[in-house]
Amino acid sequence: MSAAEDKYILHPEGEIKIETKDLDMYYGNFQALTDVSVAMPSRHITALIGPSGCGKSSFLRCLNRMNEVIPEARVDGQVLLDGNDIYQADTDVVQLRKRVGMVFQRPNPFPMSIYDNVAYGPRLHTATRGSELDEIVERSLRGAALWGEVKDKLHQSAMDLSGGQQQRLCIARVLAVEPEVLLMDEPCSALDPTATFRIEELMTELRESYTIIIVTHNMYQASRVSQYTGFFLLGEIIEYGHTEQIFENPADRRTDDYVRGRFG
Amino acid sequence: MRIVSAQKAEKLSFAGLWLCTAIVILPVLGITVVLVWRGASALSWDLIVGTPHGLLAPIVGTILLVTLTGLIAAPLGIAAAVYLTEYSRGGPLVRLVRLAIVNLAGVPSVVYGLFGLALFVTLFHFGRSLLAGACTLALLVLPLVISTSEEALRQVPGSLRHASLALGASQWQTVRRVVLPNALPGIITGLILSIGRAAGETAPILFTAAFYSLTDPFPNSLLDPILALPYQLFVMVMEVPNVAPATKWATAFVLLAIVLGMNIVAVILRARLRGSRRW
Repeated sequence: MSAAEDKYILHPEGEIKIETKDLDMYYGNFQALTDVSVAMPSRHITALIGPSGCGKSSFLRCLNRMNEVIPEARVDGQVLLDGNDIYQADTDVVQLRKRVGMVFQRPNPFPMSIYDNVAYGPRLHTATRGSELDEIVERSLRGAALWGEVKDKLHQSAMDLSGGQQQRLCIARVLAVEPEVLLMDEPCSALDPTATFRIEELMTELRESYTIIIVTHNMYQASRVSQYTGFFLLGEIIEYGHTEQIFENPADRRTDDYVRGRFG
Repeated sequence: MRIVSAQKAEKLSFAGLWLCTAIVILPVLGITVVLVWRGASALSWDLIVGTPHGLLAPIVGTILLVTLTGLIAAPLGIAAAVYLTEYSRGGPLVRLVRLAIVNLAGVPSVVYGLFGLALFVTLFHFGRSLLAGACTLALLVLPLVISTSEEALRQVPGSLRHASLALGASQWQTVRRVVLPNALPGIITGLILSIGRAAGETAPILFTAAFYSLTDPFPNSLLDPILALPYQLFVMVMEVPNVAPATKWATAFVLLAIVLGMNIVAVILRARLRGSRRW
């Protein structure tokens, strides 16, 4: 029995959107992930929890190859998106990142107008302009539950919005390229409770149409929004299963200790 | 007892440091005051447009020279800075390039002049001309343009690059649509400072561009030599007898005013853009 099979890893029923197989990741000589094999189901929210430095954010960045932004990073193993390995030599990274969108820890709108922020992606990938582009912008802002607040100031700077509005703008910006998967890297860590609540509501709505994978420090958030939860520790995935089970009746002692707040 | 001596030492060192700092500004202040006092008073409309030794031709020559220098140095320097900050991932070649840039910045300007003479004037057959001088000055300011541009590019937060890449933008799209527009104010400031330096240089244009003429002072093409303020001053002081002292002072004053003016524009621009930038 290998080490991986010792772990309590559920293979979810139904359609799998993203699956990793024996994923290892290194920053130079430092191994950040070891043997991560996990399957994330379509149109559900999967939460990744674990203490700081456990590799959950590194794992998330493997799923849209954003780890490649870091010069020293290197990946072994497979990441299957709809069954196709995204680390194959012929993968079009641009197409991949269109399909797998990402929302970052701190809101990072471009220093441009609200409209131009949302239109950024469509303008990259298509020749859309005029009323067609207006429609995409409106649809995306509605999708991110921001339209009502900004519809009269679309051409004002995005930097004048509040932190929570900026984060929803970043979500709208991702929605505008019509992704299939949304990766969220602690999207509420820089936000106040009210703004956090709005983002969580939004995630629940978005779940109808998107596969969402969220990294979070906040265990209440994980238990509120997700259907599946994975617990990471020291670069390994220790346990993965239905959220209720992970929080109420975890199989591994370390998961139990973590979700009960005995360390973290 | 010890406390008292510590206080004394503090006062003494403060006084010493203050004095040294004050000495630093004395030459700048002195040069400016003397030039304004003797130069500005000598400056007249007649001196600018009159002949011989009217200042109009060297002013025009200097402006043409630094403009062309900027036009040559800007694309090269900005492109190199974009490569170094946005594309290169270290390695021996990049280290070599950086070493070359640092050393280029330390080369004496007269060596640039001789190099320009050999390469542009002779080998490329530009002759002693506006073009040859601008090429030489462009080489001189290139290290400065590259390092200030790199600095401006590095000021653009990585989170904006990541946002763009994660939306499926290529590296070049990210540079063109996000990084460069946000770095441009800093790049332009650096460029103006660099060109300001080029405006005052004498040695690089000595053999490559400048000449002294009372009869035909304006260039008709890029391949004509030009009158330039620093060289004009040099010739008037060293080689032409009987030039009125007022003319020399006025020339020096105009040169200083152009160089300082460019620096002040750059500083104001930088301050303004810093105030308006938020992220």
